[in-house]
Amino acid sequence: MLKYIGQRLVQLIPVLVGVSMLVFFGMHLVPGDVAQLLLGEKGTEADLQRMRHQLGLDQPVYVQYARFLVGALHGDFGVSLRTRQPAIWEIGQALPVTIELSLAALFFAIVFGLLIGAMAARYPHSPLDTGSMIGVLIGVSMPVFWTGILLLLVFGGILGWLPLGGILDEGMDYHRITGMPFLDGLVTRNWAVVWSNFRHLILPAVALGAIAMAAIARMARSTMLDVLGLDYIRTARAKGVAERRVVTRHALRNALLPVVTLIGLQLGLLLSGAVLTETIFALPGLGRLAITSVLARDYPLVQGVVIIAAVVFVLANLLVDILYAYLDPRIRYG
Amino acid sequence: MNHRMGWRLLVLLLVATLAPLGIGKWAAAQAPKTLIIAIGADQTGMDPQTVENNESGFVMSTIYDSIVNYKPGSSEVGPGLAESWTISPDGKVYTFKLRRGVKFHDGTPMNAHTVAEDVDRAINPKNPCYVFSRKVPVDTYDDFTFGSAKDGTVAKMDVVDDYTLRFTLPKPNAPFLSSVAMIWQGIVSPAATKKYNCDAGQHPVGTGPFKFVEAVRNDHVTVEANPDYWGGRPKVDRIIFKVVPESATRMLMLERNEVQILADVPPSDYARVTGNSKLTMYKQPGLTILGVGMSNDIGPLQDKRVRQAMNYAVDKEAINKGLYGGATTASQGMPPVLWGVNKSVQPYPYDPAKAKALLTEAGYPNGFPVEMMVYANPRGYNPVGGAKLGEAVQGYLTKVGVSVKITQYEWGAYLQKLRHTQWQGFAICGWSGDNGDPDNFLGDLFEYDEAAGAPRTNDCGRHHSPEYDKLMVQGRQTTDQAKRVQIYEKANQILHDDAPWIFMNHTNQVRATRANVKGFLLNPLQMFFHMERVSLE
Amino acid sequence: MADLAPAAALAAHQRVGALSWRRLVRSPNLVMGAGIVLLVVAAAGLALQIAPYSPIDQAFSDQLQAPSFTHLFGTDEFGRDIFSRVIYGARIALIIGVLADGISAGLGVVVGVISGYFGGRVDAVVMRVVDVMLAFPYLLLAMIVVAILGPSLTNAMVAIGIVYMPQFARVVRGAVLAIKEQEFVEAARAVGAHTPRVLRRHILPNILSPIIVMATLTVGFMIVETAGLSFLGLGASPPTPEWGSMLATGRSYMLTAPWIATFPGLAILVTVVGFNLIGDGLRDLLDPRLRGRQ
Repeated sequence: MLKYIGQRLVQLIPVLVGVSMLVFFGMHLVPGDVAQLLLGEKGTEADLQRMRHQLGLDQPVYVQYARFLVGALHGDFGVSLRTRQPAIWEIGQALPVTIELSLAALFFAIVFGLLIGAMAARYPHSPLDTGSMIGVLIGVSMPVFWTGILLLLVFGGILGWLPLGGILDEGMDYHRITGMPFLDGLVTRNWAVVWSNFRHLILPAVALGAIAMAAIARMARSTMLDVLGLDYIRTARAKGVAERRVVTRHALRNALLPVVTLIGLQLGLLLSGAVLTETIFALPGLGRLAITSVLARDYPLVQGVVIIAAVVFVLANLLVDILYAYLDPRIRYG
Repeated sequence: MNHRMGWRLLVLLLVATLAPLGIGKWAAAQAPKTLIIAIGADQTGMDPQTVENNESGFVMSTIYDSIVNYKPGSSEVGPGLAESWTISPDGKVYTFKLRRGVKFHDGTPMNAHTVAEDVDRAINPKNPCYVFSRKVPVDTYDDFTFGSAKDGTVAKMDVVDDYTLRFTLPKPNAPFLSSVAMIWQGIVSPAATKKYNCDAGQHPVGTGPFKFVEAVRNDHVTVEANPDYWGGRPKVDRIIFKVVPESATRMLMLERNEVQILADVPPSDYARVTGNSKLTMYKQPGLTILGVGMSNDIGPLQDKRVRQAMNYAVDKEAINKGLYGGATTASQGMPPVLWGVNKSVQPYPYDPAKAKALLTEAGYPNGFPVEMMVYANPRGYNPVGGAKLGEAVQGYLTKVGVSVKITQYEWGAYLQKLRHTQWQGFAICGWSGDNGDPDNFLGDLFEYDEAAGAPRTNDCGRHHSPEYDKLMVQGRQTTDQAKRVQIYEKANQILHDDAPWIFMNHTNQVRATRANVKGFLLNPLQMFFHMERVSLE
Repeated sequence: MADLAPAAALAAHQRVGALSWRRLVRSPNLVMGAGIVLLVVAAAGLALQIAPYSPIDQAFSDQLQAPSFTHLFGTDEFGRDIFSRVIYGARIALIIGVLADGISAGLGVVVGVISGYFGGRVDAVVMRVVDVMLAFPYLLLAMIVVAILGPSLTNAMVAIGIVYMPQFARVVRGAVLAIKEQEFVEAARAVGAHTPRVLRRHILPNILSPIIVMATLTVGFMIVETAGLSFLGLGASPPTPEWGSMLATGRSYMLTAPWIATFPGLAILVTVVGFNLIGDGLRDLLDPRLRGRQ
């Protein structure tokens, strides 16, 4: 197993180098002058030349790339052009929020996806099945930003049950440790922070997790229907095991396997979905940082965000694969 | 265990479970008076000499004073760190008398030496913290205000005595005093600049009514009252600037009293504010101008008659009412809130027949096809974004036979194309005033640099009129305000006739507050100046 | 959903030719989905006849009217009829869905077949490239592609198409690998058939069904993602009645005139549901393992 993990980690290197090249040269192909954009309407031609020189934009592109790569290896992505703070600091501020949001969305997707899938499989062709499958179909078909706006408007605006965005209530006695208020609150036993953060996460997690939830529900339903038709389940039933126990103990367990695969596939979607969700729910995460920096052509920050996101993505996928191996005894790695 | 004991335990248990909720409530009742202001984007730094964006300015205007400040609610200059000042008759020497007994938030005394130390990094290339030699380039108004060391236009600064500071300009520059008042010339504690290695952008220390507490990226910035403020202790204890990107969310937050002030209100929500008795809307004509620039030097639009026809063809009133919630229609090169406006000049009326006639006269009876560049994002001077304005103008121009093809660019690419290509046709142009001087509009936006032989950087329509350019130079060298008024009135008449843009409007500056927010004043420069006067009733 | 497609499509190894009308008609999903999509196609085709107003003519005097009999879906801030704009928008949505999907599937097939058929080093290199693209947050990649090409509807479609290519490539590669080893392909190669011939006669027809299933399942995804780019101001130029940009610009009116954003949102929803139903139906029919389960 360790050898397998080692191999996989080695394989990540060319992928990450590829990502760094793609983002670096991609950002340099974008028309429009970074220096110009920094200056906005104000500033003269002389200012522009000064800035271009200061940014090293008058150097050959390969020199710029080499510099960038050397920096990136040391965890230094340069300095954000907009805020003049180290890009890695900006990312450090935002990443925990996105991880927290993605985990919350994943949690929602898995719990409700399995629940709905299991219920639908337990009573196939019943109104419950049909109804939930229609709901799920709508879930996969809604644009994330549209779901988000509607949720915010209904539960935050009209009903007023949940906060209107942000990550915590203002003026909370919160001291940042990991940057994930939920975790920090638990560690320091600050229940007010935990509760506030929980309330703030509900809507964005539902909006972001809706598509994954729907996908999981469909997958869980079909695999469980498969499994429920198999011999050992019939045996269990014949032995007089209660139906509920059959579903929860025998069928659900086996239905988990393809769901794990699916989660790996959904991770990329979650990270990208966070871009839109964080904008709508005013969450200070990586997605929003990504958008503002792409639009502002803040390329040190864009490069940093993309590479960090890629690292998170590949590591999470590795984790999923390991989990898969753990769950499925048939798979053994070198 | 007796009954009493049981009850006590129960109560105790209840208190324990409710504690997280309850304590929050009590704390809120006794909590410091907190004012929350919703802003659309985060600050990018809070060192005045190194930023130019509105959001940074919003926060900084509560933390810093400049040598002179704008008077409350006005673009006129009043006392700031300097109690009084004198200008030499030749308009070149400015002498400021500073206040005594004022300290920066970190305890550093404010006097001519410390102020000079801070200003020095704007004008002295040998200063280790010289703003223009920063490793990562900065947006700065320093050269705009003090001139540039490179071309020898930079001001000379002298510390006359402990509380007297003198600036000597190489040639008279009437807008200088207004420029010194800008928030971008707020004075930073030199100790802080030193402590943070020339970059106190995330640790701002000023002399203003509020002290910096914390900034959480893309979430909020908190400042707290400075009890020793020379202008009097602020009436609220804390201000939180909360970053909320979606305008609909900001509106809902105001309605739910989760925030007390909205830094901007889109025209679509005006009615929602005015229709709610718990909210108050503040509205004043902005120090802005918006229009559709035309290529004055090439294509059909180089003919003045065609440009005038375009001005007649568009129903500006309808657009300003329909899209901009009743913005003031523009007729000349600067907003009417500014002195120097020519009151006898009226906007071009909506007259498609006249437009047709002018087009025929110019040799285009059937109109012509033309391109228009737009951008999508809202700007301070254009709250609905360039694309919507372009869309509306396109609708009207089609009716006089001018078929417009719109191309939308992303903001960075748009600026690039606007400035560095010989584009032909239309482009959305606009401007927010920096210092409240007419030259900051008429000179920046419509002057051709005769010496350089090119339009000035922001001469968006590439307007070129030697007569007009002469007036601009004259205006900068004159210190007598009455004379300057005459010069700019004349210039505005020329602009109106030349019609380098389709003059659209001066967007209103609109903010909304909860009705219990008292003492709040808009400033034409859009900053949150004089927040020490604001209270929560 | 799109990401179910790889797994499901892989399993769909039945030949497309084996489908009969009778079987098609007996799938309720397929029939319902086809009905919805036909409706959208009809709206697009007959837009000129159905739409009561021009989708782009402005009249500020009619702005922001609530839905009524004169304006079924109300009017927007320019006084344009939303119903007419939604109808015309169907054209654009279909073009986006089909073209972006075509680009994605086309590129994916080329890359996937090359990788799967030739194997070895070619496969290793191509798959690393695919991994790179998968690890890149796709919306950001799309944003960068659009920023390079310049924002326009066409470029947004191209960007989304390119960005989703790896998913197709993986599915196609998997299918090719499975088929390559089968006897009839080995036989053809043994008798000396040229590579193009083997590809054309034996490989392509046999991987058609997973491609078709995946392509139908992703049409909706393409529409939604292009709308997402429009939402960020990187899509259609004004005044094009594109649903995504209608939704995006209408959202600032969510509190005062919710109909501006609601109807284009519903239009996207219904269209995407339609394509997903067809995809589900086709998958059930083409995948013998799943058949009879519904």
